[in-house]
Amino acid sequence: MDELILTLKKQLIEALNLEDIQPEDIDTDTALFNDGLGLDSIDALEIILILEKNYGLRIDDPKEGMKVFYSIRTLAEYIEQNRK
Amino acid sequence: MTDIFVAGDNIISSLGFTAEENFSNLKNNITGIKIKDDGLLYPTAFPVSQVDSTRLEIEFEKIGNTNNYTRLEKMFILSITDALKQNKVDITSPRTVFIFSTTKGNIDLLEPTKKNLFEEDRLKLWGMSKEIAKYFNNSNEPIVVSNACISGVLAIVIAQRLINDGVYDNAIVAGGDIVSEFVVAGFQSFKSLSAEPCKPFDINRDGLSLGEGCATIILTNNQNLFNSTNRIKVMGGASSNDANHISGPSRTGDGLYFAIKNAMDDSGLTANDIHYISAHGTATSFNDEMESKAISWAKLNNVPVNSLKGYFGHTLGGAGAIESVIGIHSLRQNLLINTKGYSELGVPEKINVINETRHAELKNFLKIASGFGGCNAAVIFSKNE
Amino acid sequence: MNNNIYISKYCKINRFGVSVNNETIYQPTNEFTFAEYMKDAFKQQGFNYLKYFKMDNISKLGFLTTEILLKSTNLKEKYTNEEIGVIISNSNSTLDTDNDFNQTIIDRENYFPSPSVFVYTLPNIMIGEICIKNKIQGESTFFISEKFNADLTCSMVSNLLKSEKTKACIAGWVDLSVGVKEFDSFLMLIEKGKSENLIEFNKENLNKLHQIK
Repeated sequence: MDELILTLKKQLIEALNLEDIQPEDIDTDTALFNDGLGLDSIDALEIILILEKNYGLRIDDPKEGMKVFYSIRTLAEYIEQNRK
Repeated sequence: MTDIFVAGDNIISSLGFTAEENFSNLKNNITGIKIKDDGLLYPTAFPVSQVDSTRLEIEFEKIGNTNNYTRLEKMFILSITDALKQNKVDITSPRTVFIFSTTKGNIDLLEPTKKNLFEEDRLKLWGMSKEIAKYFNNSNEPIVVSNACISGVLAIVIAQRLINDGVYDNAIVAGGDIVSEFVVAGFQSFKSLSAEPCKPFDINRDGLSLGEGCATIILTNNQNLFNSTNRIKVMGGASSNDANHISGPSRTGDGLYFAIKNAMDDSGLTANDIHYISAHGTATSFNDEMESKAISWAKLNNVPVNSLKGYFGHTLGGAGAIESVIGIHSLRQNLLINTKGYSELGVPEKINVINETRHAELKNFLKIASGFGGCNAAVIFSKNE
Repeated sequence: MNNNIYISKYCKINRFGVSVNNETIYQPTNEFTFAEYMKDAFKQQGFNYLKYFKMDNISKLGFLTTEILLKSTNLKEKYTNEEIGVIISNSNSTLDTDNDFNQTIIDRENYFPSPSVFVYTLPNIMIGEICIKNKIQGESTFFISEKFNADLTCSMVSNLLKSEKTKACIAGWVDLSVGVKEFDSFLMLIEKGKSENLIEFNKENLNKLHQIK
């Protein structure tokens, strides 16, 4: 699970162009959206793409996605539970 | 202020190759949106409104060599040719300018099967426009507006301003876009396409349907160049920006409200003077909600409003032009067209959505549009008996 | 006829460097890639706006040019949101970004269209980014022409400024070719009313300013 969490952080930093941020700067349990890391709706769609591309998981409704993506931890848990 | 008149118009779409043919299909509540399942534009099935390719080739062969022009160029040339038949505007005059509206032009030339069919400059929007202007022997540099989904409305507003300032006497405003793999993939990545034909303003709306096509509106300051019954004028217009988000509209509708208000001021009209609104109505959750707020803020709640996206789909750079032409014909025939796909109001503000085609005395109509980048535009047309 | 409209400031960016009112304020080192140039110039100006790093190449170019243009102009103290307009044009539209997006869909076996790339495949998004950062809500247009068209820029800006609704305009050219082989931007701040060191806003002056390297 820790390895997945680190990988996810790296994938997010790259896909979302998070400038000057290292994996250790992202707290695993802090909110990704609104305050926290300040991600927006386009970032949510990119995370959906990361799930599809790297983990074979499909989310069709972005609103459902926002619940799954509360934090890196909830994202990692979702992947662990659902991935093929 | 110079009077600026509509001297000719045309639509090329899934619903026909003249404005009359398109309008007739709308009157009969026929939609051009069909489920496409051949895996060509996108791996899985999706609803889309496309121009009949076979008919496009047949019609174009009558006026040009079909191998020398791209799909979109053929649509533009056919459309402009038809619109020019309706007046005596001199297309070769230096006082006549082309104003194009398109978001992606010949973007299908990026596809592997089309890569080397035309020279590189045809991928540039000015290159495409130059080729079309050359067909008509007009040597002015065409103006090319590329401003997301408001391009069509914006092109009409810019035409009106340039003619009013005496820069030109006539403007051939032509707006269009094709449905391409590029665009379908993009909108799918945004999860903004509905799996069924779109439902503007409806409580069950869940996304837009894509469409393609083009429309031409010829504007002139000289009313001797066309038949003078039912003269339609462009009264004024405006654009604005939400300054909120690049892909989502303002949550308050403030940007669109400013555009509507400024268009009315520019036209010397108030909310009481508007008899019909042709909305953008893409059927996404956010757009329709925002539009209802802007319409309400402008005190236009009771004005009959429709969206035509349920017939044509969202034709992007063509939308403002195609939908304005339908509005012009609505004025001429005193007919309000049904909002296909709509059955129950699903937006926060109570607006007066047209839910069946019916007669009404119409003199002034307002066309509005919003687009990616937070842009908004509004234009007002009036009928003079 | 001038109608009392003047260029109060202009900013240019190309491979040689960044200049304001024809004075060089930054030069990239030779080894810099475009991305490194845009990042270094941005930081050197002391700007702080994380969203900049999510933008595509051409939006970064337009955004950076505008931020430098507007620095110390007190624009929002002089004008309301709606009184400021933006008129920008270019030759390549967003072909550089279009190419990037196309790469995400060209292989049906590896088909992952990227929304964050797609959103930048419209040239007016650059205007959107400028408006969001500076809360500008007035008239705007993005148009395409083979080369910088001073005539058309002049006509469109003059039309806006002669009405009472628009009082200042950011206008000019921001272009970038596929693969960033070439790029250049030239943006002016145009206002009504005269004070010292202003340049009269007309077609000849626009062409002159654009030509200077």
